[in-house]
Amino acid sequence: MKYKILKIIFIFFLLTQKTFALVSVDITRGNLDPLPIAISNFYLDTTITENIKKLSIENKIPELIQNNLTRSGLFFALEKKSFIQKPDIAHNRPRFEDWAFIKSQVLVTGKISLEKEGRLKVEFKLWDIVSATELSALAFYTSPDNWRRVSHLISDKIYERLTGEKGYFDSRIIYVAETGPKVDRKKRLAVMDQDGYGVKYLTLGNELVLTPRFSPTSQFVTYMSYYKNLPRVYLLNIETGIQDLVGDFPGMTFAPRFSPDGKKIIMSFAQDGNSDIYTMDIKTRIVEKLTDHPSIDTSPSYSPDGLQIAFNSDRSGFQQIYIMKSDGSNVKRISFGEGLYGTPVWSPRGDLIAFTKLYKNKFYIGVMRSDGSGERLLTENYYQEAPSWAPNGRVLIFYRETPSDVTGKGGGAKLWSIDLTGYNERLILTETDASDPSWSGLLSVK
Amino acid sequence: MLLNKLNKIILALTVTLFLGACATQQKATTTPTDDAYTGTETVKYLADGVPDRVFFATNKSDLTSAASATLAKQAAYLKANPNLNVVLEGHADERGTREYNLALGERRATAAKNYLISNGIAANRIKVISYGKEKPANPASNALAWSQNRRAVTVKTN
Repeated sequence: MKYKILKIIFIFFLLTQKTFALVSVDITRGNLDPLPIAISNFYLDTTITENIKKLSIENKIPELIQNNLTRSGLFFALEKKSFIQKPDIAHNRPRFEDWAFIKSQVLVTGKISLEKEGRLKVEFKLWDIVSATELSALAFYTSPDNWRRVSHLISDKIYERLTGEKGYFDSRIIYVAETGPKVDRKKRLAVMDQDGYGVKYLTLGNELVLTPRFSPTSQFVTYMSYYKNLPRVYLLNIETGIQDLVGDFPGMTFAPRFSPDGKKIIMSFAQDGNSDIYTMDIKTRIVEKLTDHPSIDTSPSYSPDGLQIAFNSDRSGFQQIYIMKSDGSNVKRISFGEGLYGTPVWSPRGDLIAFTKLYKNKFYIGVMRSDGSGERLLTENYYQEAPSWAPNGRVLIFYRETPSDVTGKGGGAKLWSIDLTGYNERLILTETDASDPSWSGLLSVK
Repeated sequence: MLLNKLNKIILALTVTLFLGACATQQKATTTPTDDAYTGTETVKYLADGVPDRVFFATNKSDLTSAASATLAKQAAYLKANPNLNVVLEGHADERGTREYNLALGERRATAAKNYLISNGIAANRIKVISYGKEKPANPASNALAWSQNRRAVTVKTN
C-alpha cells in the first residue's frame, strides 16, 4: 500500500514539473517487467587530452551505470549494437523514433569535458522516449580517477528519477573476508563498493573479527574482535585506520550496532552465563543497561527514528524477536511463527524488520512489520543469516553458507543480495569467501 | 532447569495433542533435546582418565549426567593440582545465528565453570571464553559433527 502512495506522489511531482513522463518503474513487482533502457556511450569533447582518452571512461562510465541498473532487477539494458544514433548527436537531442524503434523507453546520454586544473566535467541526460522529453540533466565535477564514484552517483539519479525512490549505488559494504580451513578460519575486515569493486582489507587476520557494522552517519565501523583473546567490541575509523576499544567490560561484549544518529553503540554484554543489552555513548562513554533478564538478549537494532529497539531473546525458551522502547521499557515479543527467529534488523524506512529464521532445518531471510504482522519469507537455503538493508530499504544483503563434506571441505560463505519483493536474488562476487555484510548509508549525504 | 523441563513437557503435550487432532498436518518440531554427543572422538585428556570436554544438546546449556561426571573428574584433578588454572571455552554448532551462538557458548562454558565451582574449585582459577560457532572441532556439516561441536572445553592456562 505504501508503495502505491509513493507512486502517486511520484506522478504528482512530475506533473508539477510540467514534463509528464509516461515511463516509470513499478517497484512493487520486482523484476517481472523490467524497464527497457538504452544507455548510450558518452562522448569526449575536444578539451579531452590524450592521457584521459586512454582511460576510455566514455565507455566505462555508461557500462558501470548499466551494471548498477540491471543488477537492481528493475531495468533491462538494450544491446549497444542496436543503437543507431551516435553518442554526441544523441546527447544534443535524440531522434526519439530511432530509440523507440529498438523498443527503448528511456535513454541515457552523456558528455565528458576537461575543466580548469584537470578536473573532469561529466554530464548526463535522461530522456523519456515515449513522451519525447528530457527528464533530467546534471553535471558532476571530479578528478579523472574518480570516475567510478561519478558513475554510481549518476546511477542513483537515474534510479531516483524513474522509481521515485532514493538510489543506493553510491554506497559501500563492509564484510568479513574468510580464508583457510574451517577449523582454523582466518577472518579479516574488508570494505568494498556496493558493486563488489575496490576491496580494501582493514585488518591483517591475526585475530578473529566478526560482525562489522557501518555507522549510518560517518566512516566509522563497529565490530567484534578477539584481539589478545579478549572478545570485545571495537570502533574503527576506516579512513584513518584508528581503532578504539569501546566494549571494555569484564566479560564478552558482542553484537554491536550504531544508533541512527551515530552517537551510541548498542551491544550485548555476556557475563556469568547471561547476555544483556547495553548502550554506550561514544563521546562520554556513559553506559546504560537496557535489558535485565536471565535469558540471552542479543542482536539489538534501533528503529531509524531511534525510539525503539528490536532484539533477539530466548526468554520464551527459544530464540524469538522482541521490540522495546529505547529506554528498555515496554518489551514485547513480535515473532510468533513456527521455528526460531534471529538477527532482527530494522529497515531504514522504519516499517519493516528483516530477520533470519530457522525452521525444519532450513534457514530463511524474511521480513515482518514492526508489530510482527505480515511475515514474508524471501529466500530459503541450507544456511543463511545476517541481513543488512541497502540505504533505500529496497534490497537486503546477507551471507549464505554451503555445507562441507565429512572432511570439512566444500563449505564456504558468500554474499548474496535479494530484493524486498523476494525477486532478483544475486551472488556478489568477492575475492575470498565472505560473511557478515553490512551496508553503509549513501556516501554523498555524509 | 525447571523451565527446560516444563518446556519439554509442554512440547510433548503439544505434539501428542496435535498428532491426535490432525494426522495430515505436520507440527513444527523444535530441535531435539536429547542429541548431546556421548562418544570419545575429538576428546582430549587433561590427564589420564580426565576428559577435557563436555557436550550439550542443541540450543541447550544444561549439563547432561555424562557432562557432570566428566566435570566431577576435572574438579578432582584440579583439586589435586592446586596451582593449575584453566579457561573454559564454550562452543556452538554451525546451525545457528552467529551472535546468538556467541551468547550460547558463553552460557555453556559458564555452566561447566559453575559445576567446577560447586565442586570446590575457586572461581579465580577458572576463566571463560566463548567462540560461538567460530572454532568447530569437527568441520563436517552433519549431525555427528554438530553434536561434537556443541561443547565446553577445559584448557590449561599454565
